[in-house]
Amino acid sequence: MRAAVIIFPGSNCDRDLLSAFRLAGHQTFSIWHKETELPKNIDLIALPGGFSFGDYLRCGAIAAKSPILKEVIRHIDRGGYALGICNGFQILTEAGILPGILQQNIGTKFISKVIDLRVNNTSSTFTHHYPSNGIISIPIAHHEGNYFASKDDLKILHDKNCIAFEYIDNPNGASDNIAGILSQNHRVLGMMPHPERHTEIAHGNQDGFPFFEGLLATS
Amino acid sequence: MKAKVTVMLKEGVLDPQGEAVKHALKSLKYHEVKSVRQGKVIEIGLEETSRKKAHKSVRDMCEKLLANTVIESYEIEII
Repeated sequence: MRAAVIIFPGSNCDRDLLSAFRLAGHQTFSIWHKETELPKNIDLIALPGGFSFGDYLRCGAIAAKSPILKEVIRHIDRGGYALGICNGFQILTEAGILPGILQQNIGTKFISKVIDLRVNNTSSTFTHHYPSNGIISIPIAHHEGNYFASKDDLKILHDKNCIAFEYIDNPNGASDNIAGILSQNHRVLGMMPHPERHTEIAHGNQDGFPFFEGLLATS
Repeated sequence: MKAKVTVMLKEGVLDPQGEAVKHALKSLKYHEVKSVRQGKVIEIGLEETSRKKAHKSVRDMCEKLLANTVIESYEIEII
């Protein structure tokens, strides 16, 4: 795939994400948030983790109004793939691309640790290289990861098989143990855990690699 | 003209910071504290003379950026 990683002031997982894409054989592009155009024929746009704009106002709220977001929305409206990890997920919800919002963790603390996830949807472009109901271990590192959505939105997420990842042991109070969700067309994924941090042998665990490898199999 | 926007979490939405503040107040022996909700106040200076227009414009700002209406409500005061 041709993958574009958008960089905001305060993004800090962009290089890890670029490295994971390249390791899996994707062609990558780094795009500054003030750009108003994307390179031609981009297949996937990724919003990385970090603390865009210092988490001012609400996490992701200011990044969601960045100039490049218009292009991101246009790409998604055309049926393009998009991925938001951690702060990227927060930006996708603040931009209204995915439903709900990420609230402060229920324990009020920043949590940084490796957690177990159930892969709930194994048919999407992002998750099809994982076994059905497989359990994977990848890190989380967030203060606002407590997913909240209205009852109606949660029902749609369940009915349309949009819940991609669930926490085995809910660390942050997220509704229905939700760690990652897909758009209704299953082409946009937002998730709090960081698959890019578990892709290389040196990371001690490569449970994130099938995620990026699976994307290659789609293009 | 100035606008003062108060953004609060909606009723029924859990407020972990408010809860933490409540526990801290209780530990200071303020046993009368029943609940604490924490929000934020945003002051906006405006080049506008019509209160009505100012109110409308700030309401737009709230809907677009200042509040996330999935979980937050807002009140506008024109000063």
